[in-house]
Amino acid sequence: MLDTATIKKDFPIFESSPALAYLDSASTSQTPLLGLTAMDEYYTKYRANIHRGVYELSEIATDKYEQARETLARFLSAESEEIVFTSGSTLASNMLVYSLEKTLPLEKGDEIVTTIMEHHSNLIPLQELASRRGLTLKHIPLTEDVDLDYEKARELITSKTKIISVTLASNVLGTINDIKRLSELAKEAGAILIVDAAQAVGHMPISVRELGCDFLFFSGHKMCGPTGIGVLYGKKERLASLKPSLFGGSMVERVDTHTAEFASTVARFEAGTQNIAGAIGLAAAIEYLSRIGLSNIEHHVRDVTEYALSQLRSIKGVTLYCAGDPRKNAGIVSFLVEGIHPHDVAEIFSRGQVAVRSGHHCAQPLMGALGVTALVRASFYLYNSKEDVDKLVLGIKKAQSIFA
Amino acid sequence: MDEELYKQNILDHYKHPHGKGVLVDFDIKERGRNASCGDDLTLYIKFDQEHKVRDVAFEGEGCAISIAAASMLTETIKGKTAKELALISPGDIYNMLGIPISPGRVNCALLAYKALNDSIKTME
Ligand SMILES: Cc1ncc(COP(=O)(O)O)c(C=O)c1O
Repeated sequence: MLDTATIKKDFPIFESSPALAYLDSASTSQTPLLGLTAMDEYYTKYRANIHRGVYELSEIATDKYEQARETLARFLSAESEEIVFTSGSTLASNMLVYSLEKTLPLEKGDEIVTTIMEHHSNLIPLQELASRRGLTLKHIPLTEDVDLDYEKARELITSKTKIISVTLASNVLGTINDIKRLSELAKEAGAILIVDAAQAVGHMPISVRELGCDFLFFSGHKMCGPTGIGVLYGKKERLASLKPSLFGGSMVERVDTHTAEFASTVARFEAGTQNIAGAIGLAAAIEYLSRIGLSNIEHHVRDVTEYALSQLRSIKGVTLYCAGDPRKNAGIVSFLVEGIHPHDVAEIFSRGQVAVRSGHHCAQPLMGALGVTALVRASFYLYNSKEDVDKLVLGIKKAQSIFA
Repeated sequence: MDEELYKQNILDHYKHPHGKGVLVDFDIKERGRNASCGDDLTLYIKFDQEHKVRDVAFEGEGCAISIAAASMLTETIKGKTAKELALISPGDIYNMLGIPISPGRVNCALLAYKALNDSIKTME
């Protein structure tokens, strides 16, 4: 286990709220001082736009921004020309789908395969694409123990499949999906594989090479980075032919009155002034996480999750809706307390300074598959300890006594 | 202060809501949904010859606040005319609940009220 007392000192939020059991990192994580300082430095010492000015500040800012790209590349075992900065997962997902629509030969009747556990931000752009182009959208279902049904996946993925888009880890179930296995199916089918890694990057070691995906995206704010920054990774060969779908300054080679030619580099996908401080803050967050060690973080979260699962299983009236094997769970425990609506559970928790989320977690098709309308979700990260889980358990008991 | 939100009155309405059910014969059937938490209820109203609420019922799922508010609402609107229904305001709902409603719970408190309000608008 990590020494959470020491780790908490790196996060100013726990100085302002020492008693806080923050169990909502799957929604957004907290920010280490290191990241805040890095962003402050940009704003106070070398703020300027990038790739534009010929003066020194602009050169420094450009360097730092490009260094951030390199940090991201190293972190994901990618190359810097494969890293596109976006404002987050949602933009990455939408932008990518539009770009693929312009790039791929898509014909009526072609198919897209996704899963029943997707976040709306991955799912809806696919639905929209399917309806614009007359494609068929198919969903890989769950097995009894909320794993993906890989047998069904094998049946669903065919030569008609052009795009496969799946989450690496479910933001509700915590389930970690076997991307390598899906990548093999994608290769056989000749389909493009997109991975939504919003719940995974920064929580476990990730190598895009090992996963074997064509594209992968995530948000900085779920991995100790600031809000408003995220990354779209694209495999070099794929990115090279991908057409841009956002247009503006900084992404062009040449523009005349009626046409434009676009940059041949990743700049093609970064139209307009970017979140420069955000990229710098994200790189600092990665530096921070790497210092602690991604494997250490993964194991720590696994231990806390295991403890939470066993504690919650022992409370009468609590039903779990998440991956029951901590080795296959990204640190997310969703549950219901019998007779008490998740909203009320979360509100009672909040009075004990336990922050969790309640609701459908932007995954309504999954809620439907599970036969629920809402769930309480506790999610764990490097600063959480077993004491936080104990507070959660106390909260459940309190809710049960109020509603008894 | 701590237990304020879940004082007995609210819990009683939640556990034994008034007007829980459906009307087969109705003049109004309106669904209210809370996008953020998945709460979903349907309000039914039947008027008598004098255009006063003769019967009212709701069915659906929700948290203690939304169910208690719906339950209280069904109690208060019986016998009221459509015009009188239109005069009910969010403030009246908060007063009925008699507890402080935080910004995060406003949509819960007003779920049934919004269904009522929408249905009256469509009637006019
Ligand atoms: C699995 C998953 N994908 C995508 C997103 C969307 O991320 P963002 O809101 O940062 O764009 C989330 C965030 O909740 C998520 O959990």
